Amino acid sequence: MTQLALVIDLNVCVGCHACVTSCKEWNTSGGAGPLVDKNAYDEDPSGTFFNRVQTFEVGEFPSTETVHFPKSCLHCEDPPCVPVCPTGASYKRPEDGIVLVDYDKCIGCKYCSWACPYGVREIDESRKEMTKCTLCVDRIYNPTLDEADRLPACVKACPTNARLYGDIHDPDSVVSVAIREAGGYQLMPEWGTKPANHYLPRRKTRITIRDEELERSDNPLKIDSKLPRPGRDEPSLDDVTSW
Amino acid sequence: MHPAFSVIFLTTLIGAGQGLFIALAIVEFYAALRLLPEHASHYYAAGSAISLALLALGLFASFFHLGHPERAWRAAAMWRTSWLSREVIVLPVMMGIAFLYGVVHLIGINPVLFSLPGNVAVPLTLLLGIIGALVAVVLYVTTAMIYACLRFLQEWHSPLTVANYTLLGLASGFTLAAAQAAFMAVELVHFLAVGAVIFTVLGFLSRTASLIRNARLKAKSTLQTATGIKHPTIVQKSQGFMGGSFNTREFFHGMSEMFVRSVKWIFLVGVFLIPTVLLLTAIFMRGDVSTVLASAFVIQYLGLVAERWFFFAQARHPQNLYYQSVA
Repeated sequence: MTQLALVIDLNVCVGCHACVTSCKEWNTSGGAGPLVDKNAYDEDPSGTFFNRVQTFEVGEFPSTETVHFPKSCLHCEDPPCVPVCPTGASYKRPEDGIVLVDYDKCIGCKYCSWACPYGVREIDESRKEMTKCTLCVDRIYNPTLDEADRLPACVKACPTNARLYGDIHDPDSVVSVAIREAGGYQLMPEWGTKPANHYLPRRKTRITIRDEELERSDNPLKIDSKLPRPGRDEPSLDDVTSW
Repeated sequence: MHPAFSVIFLTTLIGAGQGLFIALAIVEFYAALRLLPEHASHYYAAGSAISLALLALGLFASFFHLGHPERAWRAAAMWRTSWLSREVIVLPVMMGIAFLYGVVHLIGINPVLFSLPGNVAVPLTLLLGIIGALVAVVLYVTTAMIYACLRFLQEWHSPLTVANYTLLGLASGFTLAAAQAAFMAVELVHFLAVGAVIFTVLGFLSRTASLIRNARLKAKSTLQTATGIKHPTIVQKSQGFMGGSFNTREFFHGMSEMFVRSVKWIFLVGVFLIPTVLLLTAIFMRGDVSTVLASAFVIQYLGLVAERWFFFAQARHPQNLYYQSVA
């Protein structure tokens, strides 16, 4: 069984919000209608977003670390939002594990948002329907797009490649390898929702550079630099020898 | 959580309506067993009309909770998994039985269907009443389970939620039944007022138990589990936006701690203390008690509105961990 998911590398995310704006741009232009921005240019603006980047400060000053934390629907393998839906509008696709809302069936009762511990469902205040991340289901299978563009908009937009996308049930996929080898974890594991999206933790990135690597003892450049530079009109090495 | 008045009115109105219907069914059952005197059928008809009106008002209020009320019929689809869907099915069934029960009493064609041993005749209305009372209990359970089944809303995820919805609905329903009896069937006032006191006291016990339980709750989700960062000190510096969002409106009540605590004391006094005193007054007072009982119901109902507000406001949704700081 396929379970498409995102793996978000907190070690790489710089908090630029490119995924947020790219997600908004793609999904507000989609077939389901715009994602409303109420009072966009007035007091008390309010918008619908599928993806947010939040910022946390870990530790106490001065030894703190800033963690940028993108958050969107985690496409749980056991999604608590699906069984509570009274109309069946909220569903999980068996073929690829994407949790979706059938907007035409949604009555806007908001019960699914109460049933999601992650707060990733947002009701669209003008459409009065529950909306959420679709994992860009209208991109990833879209035959009118180039093969290279059949990725979620947020993944395409990320300048640091902090967002990996793939099938976590395929042990050889880029996401499975990342989860396995870089300590991928799930959010709020205490509720047993088994989120498909994983996060990669912050890691200490160190490179050890020894002097010999910059200036090897047999470094010919170092030797050359000690010799007097040849004059401009003197023949170069290429003129006097054939290699 | 942000308390929605549509849901507050839905749950309190239908709770009282179901309680009133159960009270009527018990009165009729006791009368059939000759434990209570027989009553004119217009008493039952009026009672079921009031019950039906409360159920209908509750249903009407619930539509204000929906973004698309015109699609509400779809909500019956997922009864296998969704308690909300089950409530959506049981509520109209309850209304239908209350309607039939009232109509049969009103037109007076009430054939005896069968007899039980001991020469107890079971007319159509008694059968409808007993089925209706059972459906009313099922409706209490379905309503309460909508909240109790959400396991990460720890304040709600408890059998006490079901007990509270049932007992508080029964208490207000019996208080209303006693008030109705004071106007239409004085000989029942004592019986129904005693029932109302019993359910109010039981409701007090279970509601207090849930208040104590909730005061001791330790949140399972923390910023550490929410972000997966294993450090004791994590502070949110930005929730990612500076404007409003559904997440900041729907899951925060936005009131001060003082206000929430005041509502708790208001409902403890309004739901339990004053109605109990008024009901006991009516039980021991001679003469016309209709005003006393009517005010007991009104005060208890308003108290229940406060109780339901507090019920929602007290629940702390784990998603709130992600929305702590605007910057």
